[in-house]
Amino acid sequence: MSKINSNLNVDSIRAQFPLLKETINGNPLIYFDNAATTQKPNSVIDVISNFYRHDNANVHRAVHTLGARATLAFEEAREKVQHFIHAKVPQECLFVRGTTEGINLVAQSFVAPRIEAGEGVLITHMEHHSNIVPWQMVCRKASANLIVAPISIEGDVLLDEFEKKLTENDIKFVAINYVSNALGTINPVKKMIKMAHDKGALVLLDGAQAIAHLPVDVVDLDCDFYAFSSHKMYGPTGVGVLWGREALLNDMAPYQGGGEMISSVTFESTDYAALPHKFEAGTPDIAGAIGLGVAIDFLKSLDMNAIAAHEAHLLDYATAALHSVKGFNIIGTAKHKVPVVSFVHGKIHAHDIGTILDNEGIAVRSGHHCTMPLMDFYGVAATTRVSLSFYNTEAEIDRLVYALQKVEEVFA
Amino acid sequence: MSFDLRELYQEMIIDHNRSPRNFYTMVDATAAANGFNQLCGDKLTVYVKIDLGIVQEVSFVGSGCAISKASASLMTEALQGKTIEEAHNLFKQFHTMLTGSDEKSDEHETAISLDKLTALAGVRAYPARVKCATLAWHTFEAALRHDHSPVSTE
Repeated sequence: MSKINSNLNVDSIRAQFPLLKETINGNPLIYFDNAATTQKPNSVIDVISNFYRHDNANVHRAVHTLGARATLAFEEAREKVQHFIHAKVPQECLFVRGTTEGINLVAQSFVAPRIEAGEGVLITHMEHHSNIVPWQMVCRKASANLIVAPISIEGDVLLDEFEKKLTENDIKFVAINYVSNALGTINPVKKMIKMAHDKGALVLLDGAQAIAHLPVDVVDLDCDFYAFSSHKMYGPTGVGVLWGREALLNDMAPYQGGGEMISSVTFESTDYAALPHKFEAGTPDIAGAIGLGVAIDFLKSLDMNAIAAHEAHLLDYATAALHSVKGFNIIGTAKHKVPVVSFVHGKIHAHDIGTILDNEGIAVRSGHHCTMPLMDFYGVAATTRVSLSFYNTEAEIDRLVYALQKVEEVFA
Repeated sequence: MSFDLRELYQEMIIDHNRSPRNFYTMVDATAAANGFNQLCGDKLTVYVKIDLGIVQEVSFVGSGCAISKASASLMTEALQGKTIEEAHNLFKQFHTMLTGSDEKSDEHETAISLDKLTALAGVRAYPARVKCATLAWHTFEAALRHDHSPVSTE
């Protein structure tokens, strides 16, 4: 059913994702909700199942064979993460529950103890709620200011304004998404990080949406923290990574207290463990981390240039397709985008569009995408979002066009 | 189009979505409340005028999907002239129609004809859309409680 673009064999990739064979409402599934979560290849599903069948034990505790096996696999996963994002050392990569927990960890353990009244944290107008609310909480408590950098109608950060906000508001910390989940915009984060550092502010990248589409090199980006989730890059849910510069992480107090994060405990005081364990209190999602490691193996087995070419082509194809159906308008038309197309209809609500598309077997997201301030900026309550992966095809987008024409028919 | 979808978006729903009845701000309302669907950001305000225990007039304003708008519109018509107790019972019956729960109604409750509200029976096949169809009703109930805090369907 799929065409071969550049050197990518989409059919052989699709064959590795069992869920893509599902039938929904009598139609073959077309999964266009990849920005919410991606589907999982067999290798990821199998390694999780095999772990529980053959290797399950707690990590970093027991002397028995299974304990050693589990610990080895868990720490190997950390090294895979390290190499994937080009971190200098594995202990800079902390396993957390996901991007949201990573951001909260930095907000509570790094920013909260350091920020003072009147100082500022800078975000952009296109952030996900998970990169807004943690900073609101920190700023409110410290009587600091949460400052928002404006965006253009196309969905690009206004860089001049961003720089101005940095200077005018005594900004100590900047938290920005690398890629917007609602618009698909790829932000010029290297430039923004340089601007922030020039003013003495440190930077966290919300990397949830970038990790599945762009090569990530934390050293080259020169960010100070980078958070992402496994489940948006073909790995399991429930696990993610916070990367931070080793010196910063060493300087931070733990986020949560418990087992595994200590070196010695008396009832009077506790000496904390070294990195990364200081930040990994309690039994982690061991199988999840191992699954993430295998998702990284899977991504590395693909021809990344061919993937990028295919995804760029799908974005162009989907954009043109949406333009071809009357009544629909695309929200988010930045020049640099990942394959995400958000759109609205003048008269038909996103929920109604979502239901009718679902009837055709097409899974899209309809809603505010956890970006209510951004929806307010565009004056809409909700959009319909098509977010694509390398396993999607032109033929599927053609089916979307057909289904959107049906939407028009229902409400004509 | 599938049978379920045609059931959901039947003529009366499309009509009430396109030209909602009682769609205005009631200046002499005796009660009003705001409703909010966190899932999609839909917002509406329901106005009620009650006199001698009878719902004299119900109106609404706001934006939302076809189901929530049509449901609000049909509700404003259905509630007119009902006693407060009848209004509560009607919502109970309406809710049962949408969710299919087998909750037995109290014996002394008088069954009230759902009448035009049965146009929304198709929602039953779409559990994700039940909240759209009940938003206006939850908001109406909040207005009756003279509760001015926004209602959420969560």
